Amino acid sequence: MTEKREVTKPKTGELRQSEDQPEAVLYPPVDIYEDAEGIHVQADMPGVSRDRLTVQVDRDTLLIEGDAKIEMPEGMNALYADVRSTRYRRSFTLSSELKSEAIEANLKDGVLSVRIPKREEAKPRRIEVRTQ
Amino acid sequence: MFESLFSGDRRLLDEFRRMEQQMDEMFGRWPWPAGIRSSARGAYPPINVGATADGVDIYLFAAGLDPKAVDISVQQNLLTVSGSRKIPAKEGVDYYRQERYSGEFRRVVTLPDDVDPDRVEARYRDGILQITVKRREATKPRRIEIK
Repeated sequence: MTEKREVTKPKTGELRQSEDQPEAVLYPPVDIYEDAEGIHVQADMPGVSRDRLTVQVDRDTLLIEGDAKIEMPEGMNALYADVRSTRYRRSFTLSSELKSEAIEANLKDGVLSVRIPKREEAKPRRIEVRTQ
Repeated sequence: MFESLFSGDRRLLDEFRRMEQQMDEMFGRWPWPAGIRSSARGAYPPINVGATADGVDIYLFAAGLDPKAVDISVQQNLLTVSGSRKIPAKEGVDYYRQERYSGEFRRVVTLPDDVDPDRVEARYRDGILQITVKRREATKPRRIEIK
């Protein structure tokens, strides 16, 4: 655990102050698109394995959380770090036409795919235009 | 109307500026100078580099990568990782957000001088590409003779 911090958080004097603050959270980039069946969310969460990932719906909020595991040999010192946290978190508000109880999630190579189906009655219907 | 759109809410702009400053304070004040080959913050993929007594480990945070589409090369103490991560856009759907990087990438890392370019290992797991470069065997202390 402590080794993990060394690479993600440099332990130099100037940056030490941030250690007192709560750990920074990474905001995973997402693609979101909609088709006739539902909404698809894809998030980049490198380093997150299935057992360190949480996808949950609380009322109308979809919450995605994950912890990245970085394999580090003992006694490692950080030389450079773009990524300064191992915790991912992002949430979205769902709307009522989505079937939040039927959400499916899939994780592969650090890419999370979430499918939120639409309720049957919310699927697009073609409205016929009648002529007189 | 446009006037108010651009000049109206100074406070909002100030707020953005303040947030930007805070971000810079939190992440930007890297205590040592940027490498001549370093990329701007936000370059894809983000990398971390850590060193131990017997090697240097480079971590590339690149989810959904095809390891075959990645090229890793070490020349002296310069590590270059290039490749592509193409995310094909779905046809016939409506996109709301497209934030994930799609396309070619290239990152160059200057390693310590004592690395051995012949001993490099790479593995890809859960979206992290980890490259380990070993250091050269420690040269024994030499006795310098005074003539």
